[in-house]
Formats: sequence, structure tokens, C-alpha cells
Amino acid sequence: MSGHSSYTPKTGFERWLDARLPIVRLMHDSAVSYPVPRNLNYFWTFGGILMFMLVAQIVTGIILAMHYTPESKMAFNSVEHIMRDVNYGWLLRYLHSNGASMFFVAVYIHIFRGLYYGSYKAPREVLWILGVVIFLLMMATAFMGYVLPWGQMSFWGATVITNLFSALPVVGETIVTFLWGGYSVDNPTLNRFFSLHYLLPFMIFGVVILHVWALHHVGQNNPTGVEVKNVQKETVPFTPYATIKDLFAMVCFIFVFSYFVFYQPNFMGHADNYIPANPAVTPAHIVPEWYFLPFYAILRAIPDKLGGVIAMFAAIAVLAFLPWLDTSKVKSMTYRPVAKVMFWAFVFVCIILGWLGAMPAEEPYVTYSQIFTALYFGYFIGLFVIGLFEKPLAMPTSIADSVLGAMPGGSGSRMASATAAEPHAKG
Amino acid sequence: MTLPSFRQASLGLAAGLAFAALAAPVQAAGERVIPPAQSWSFSGPFGKFDRAQLQRGFKVVKEVCANCHSMSLMRIRNLSQPGGPEFTPGQVTALAATYTVKDGPNETGEMFDRPGRPADAFPAPFANEQAARAANGGAYPPDLSVLAKARTYERGFPRFVFDIFTQYQEQGPDYIHALMVGYKDPPPAGTPELLPGQYYNTYMPGHLIAMPQPIQDGQVEYPKGPDGKSPVPETIDQYGKDVAAFMVWMAEPHLEARKRTGLQVMLFLLVFGSLLYYTKKKVWSRMPDGSPAH
Repeated sequence: MSGHSSYTPKTGFERWLDARLPIVRLMHDSAVSYPVPRNLNYFWTFGGILMFMLVAQIVTGIILAMHYTPESKMAFNSVEHIMRDVNYGWLLRYLHSNGASMFFVAVYIHIFRGLYYGSYKAPREVLWILGVVIFLLMMATAFMGYVLPWGQMSFWGATVITNLFSALPVVGETIVTFLWGGYSVDNPTLNRFFSLHYLLPFMIFGVVILHVWALHHVGQNNPTGVEVKNVQKETVPFTPYATIKDLFAMVCFIFVFSYFVFYQPNFMGHADNYIPANPAVTPAHIVPEWYFLPFYAILRAIPDKLGGVIAMFAAIAVLAFLPWLDTSKVKSMTYRPVAKVMFWAFVFVCIILGWLGAMPAEEPYVTYSQIFTALYFGYFIGLFVIGLFEKPLAMPTSIADSVLGAMPGGSGSRMASATAAEPHAKG
Repeated sequence: MTLPSFRQASLGLAAGLAFAALAAPVQAAGERVIPPAQSWSFSGPFGKFDRAQLQRGFKVVKEVCANCHSMSLMRIRNLSQPGGPEFTPGQVTALAATYTVKDGPNETGEMFDRPGRPADAFPAPFANEQAARAANGGAYPPDLSVLAKARTYERGFPRFVFDIFTQYQEQGPDYIHALMVGYKDPPPAGTPELLPGQYYNTYMPGHLIAMPQPIQDGQVEYPKGPDGKSPVPETIDQYGKDVAAFMVWMAEPHLEARKRTGLQVMLFLLVFGSLLYYTKKKVWSRMPDGSPAH
């Protein structure tokens, strides 16, 4: 997709630099002249939004770290010191804590967009797997960040989640001891979680660079799932077309983000985390942050502890195998009548699992969790089976046909005639 | 010794918490009475504290609550900062001087007592948790600093979705007010015999509370208006509201600045977003090859 570079150095300095380190060429090729399918919808703006969120989290996080004390007796009060005494500390802290939630809002939309439009299929398998790696790193980072305020939910969430590793045979207990830095969640745990919480975002950043590199190598997927055939006709240069569209979408997203930060800053948090951590008092409900709830439901659905841990990690790992589990050659679900229904059922299943994750582990919720866990994994088996039988709808032969011709999913003949009438066709 | 304790930790906590404990000690989840929603001056996007209410609330806290509860995150100077009760700096300095603060060591290595200063934290009523428990029948009166944000109840579906749009988030103060008016003596029929040090409160989860009814009608004298009478009634109901409002400010001292900044940010984003929208439309109205956009 990248093809020939269109960068021409204009000044003497640019020519001098270009011959030695073609960094301006790299930026020009990836952010200015990079060809973008012209038929992308707004679901494709979430990659840029996620990039913004990552940078925003790193910037607010670095400033917060200047005022925060990772010590079990001082951590809670140092967060309150930020909220009360640091100039605009309340803003930084609420941006950072709500930013984590909004980061996950964006990443879930981004992932479901990939699932719907088949963005994981050849030639984008590596791009997709890198995305799954980023998702895993994000979850680890968010989990450890939530521990840092050292409130009741921080402490008990950390206790429950780190304990999961003890289910692993042979190495389990050793791993848990290493995670804790002792025999229970305590000050050493807080110290290492702070250190790792600072490190992981930069690892995410590194994988994001690979993710974007892979993307720019294979080119973006698009709502038709048909690869770009004619760069001239079917793509637009990244700047100004994608730049302005991404920027607009980003501002809309920041509007929602700001609404929570300024008006509902504790809506997505948990009140118990305003109680300082107390190892002697267990909260009535130990609930993880909302973005972990579906996986928490899967964990608790399996009556066996090791089985639950395996199921939970499998629920994430299965995504990495999706390029080979989905047997259909058709990318976009727009043209897959059966898979499309399955996709929406899968969205519903994930939401219900999220609700079940917030419920106490008692009947009837346990049974529901088991049913919906089966349905969750059923989606991937379903894609494997359906892909072998499903008869796709008529597809446009190219992006140009789809854009200039007719409604998506329209009849093939209409598409064919539209090609002839292309310049005058309704846009 | 370490191995058994480790076993105990890993087995007891992991198996117990993640899987079973959630079902077991849920403190009478079904017996929760939802506190009625009050009208608060600080709710909503344009919410502001009522200065007079915060000043009254502080008077009640100082004369009643602070006898048992600490406010460790509060500095006395906070009382005069913008967005709070806004006592004058003079009033705050005078108030601070009424407290005795332990300071030191001095140049001879001795700890010494001195009058408080505005920069001091509010002195706690007890030296430590054990002393607090010993004086309160074994119960520990929680620190009040962020308590208004640490108390809530399950809103449930679909109310929690509506809350995003109504901006309802006053579960904490509603609960604190309800707790003040929720004492029943004698407890309603059917309540098991109360043990010594237990009291019945309608809104406490499980109804049993270790705090005796803290305040009575007329106990705290409010500042008089020009007619020689307090502008608000000196009742438990009013005390509860004033204390709850004060505690919200104590938990969220920059609430007013937050909502004010929020309005500016939202308006800016609205204007900036609309400009971007029309710019985007203009850019996309023509494709690079001159063809019209779809």
C-alpha cells in the first residue's frame, strides 16, 4: 500500500537531512501522503483516539507520579494531597482515572469494529495480534494503576487477582510470592506495582509503533472489506482528509470524556476506594473495574479455580487465533448474513457477561455466567463452522464501485452499471 | 511458620474471596433501605455550595461530630479558601488558636504544646485508633475527610444509566442525612434484642449501628438573623443536611472550580467541534482527483 514515496525535500537542509536520516520523509509518508480508503466510516477514527488517550494517560500519569508516594501508609493520603493541595491536582487525577475508563471505551469500540469488518483477516493477522498484545498490556497497566490509591477496592482487588496465579500448578505459589514481594499484598506489592505501572505504558507505546507500522505496511481495511485496487480512485491522502476527520472525532470523544471528568468524575469508580486499605476488613462486594467485568464473570463461571483462570485467559487469547478460526474469505460482515447476526449476538453476550461480573457469585447468576461463557466461546466456534457453509451476499467488486455505485449490499448488476456511470453517479 | 501462613493466605483469601465469600457475608443486602434523595445546592452542572449552609455544617461538625470523629485530611486554613465555607482569614486564625497542637522537638529535644495555626491539620479527638475504640465501646468512628464519597448504595439498572444524564451522584450526602434522622428508639417490632452498644437505624445497612444518636433537636445553636431567630430550623433534619453538605465539601473541596471549569471546557469543545465539523465537510466535499465525495 505504501508504494513509492512522494516526499520531495524543498530546502537545502531537508535534502541534507534526508540523505542522512530520512525522518521527515518517514513522517510525510505516514501522516501526509499515506493513502486512506475513501469509504472509511467514523469507526475508523478510534485508532487515532486511542493514540491520543495513550499520550494523555502518559502525560497526566507522569505529573501525578511527581506528587504521589508509593508507600502503603502514605499512598492514600498522597492521592488526597493531589486532590486537595496540588494546583489542578483534582483535574490531573480525574483525567487520569476517567482516562483509563475512556481508554477502554475506545479500545472496545476499536476491537468490535475489527471484529465486524474482518480486519483481522489476511494480510492483517500480525497487525491484529499486536493489537491483542496491546490489549493485554493495557489490562495489566489498568489493574496495577487501580491498586495505587491504596483504597479498599485497590487492596482487595489486588489480593483476589494476584491470587489467581496461585492456581497454576508447580509455579503458582512462587509467582504469587514474587508478585506480592512477600506473603500477602503489602507495601512491597505497592512498590513493584507502581514501578510496573510506570513501565508498561512505554511498552504499550513500543507495541503501538509496531501496530501502526504493520498497519501502514498492509494498508487499512475498509467497510466493504474489499482491498484497495486503484490507489488513485479509491484512496485519499491522509492529510488533510483523515487528519481533519480524526480530529473532529477526537474532539467529540473528548467532549464525552470531559463530561465525566467535570460532572461525574466518580461515576465509573467505586465508592469503597475512598476508604483506606484495611487488610482486616473485607468489603461486602469485591468488584473489579467495569472494563474487566466480562472476564471476571468468565473467571467465576468455572467452579474450579484453575479452570476459571484458564477460561479467563483463554477468553482473551482466543482473539489472537481469530484470523485462523474465522474460515470465511469474506471480511466485512455486511455481506455475511449469518455471521452478522452472530456478531450482534456476541456483542449482547459480552454486555450480559459484564452485568454478571458485577453480580454476587450466587444463583442464578452462576448458571447464567456458565451459559454466557459457553456462548462467548461459541461465537468463535460458530465463525469456524459458519465460514464453511455461509453464502455471502453479492459484494462490490471494488471500493470505487461501492462508493460511487450504490448502497452496500446492493445487487451486483447495479454495481456493474454504476461503474460505467461513475463520474456522474451520486456521491 | 511462613509455609502455613502462606497456605492460609493463598487458600483462604483466593478461594474464599474470589468464589465463595461474595455470597456469604454480604451484610444484609436485602435489608438496605434506600435513603430518600434530598435537594442539594451543589448538585447538577451549575451546582455551588451554600456558604451559610457550609458554615452551619462546620459548627455542627465542630461541636458534635468532631468529639469522636477525626478529619485528618483537612487543614484549618481550608475553611477560608475559595469554594468552601469561606470564613474570613481572621476567623480561621482565631479558630486555629483555640486548638492546642503538639509540636517539636525543639532545640533541647523536647516536644511541646503550642496554639494551633491555620496551616495545621484538625487535631484528632483520639491519639490513635486503639484509644478511639476504647472510648467508643470497641467501635472506631471513621475519619470524616472523604466519607461523603465513600458511602453509596447500589443504584441498579436502569437508574445508573439515567444518572449519567441527570448527574445524580449525591448518594453519599443523602445517606449521611438519612442516617441522622434514621434512629428508632425503641426499634420496630421484630428487631432482635439489641446488644449493649448497638442502636437501631433505618438506613444503616443491616440496621445495627454502633454510633448512638449523635444529635438532638435544638442542640446546636445557629447564627441568628436580623429578627433574632435562626433563618433555618434547629432540627435534626436540618443539622443532617448541613453536616452532609459540609462533608461533601470536605471530600471534594474543589467541586465548584471543577464544575465551573467544566462549563468553560464544554463550551470550548462545542465551538471547536462545530468548526472542525464544517472544515471536515469542506475538505471532504472534493476528492483529490476532483470527483465529488460520496
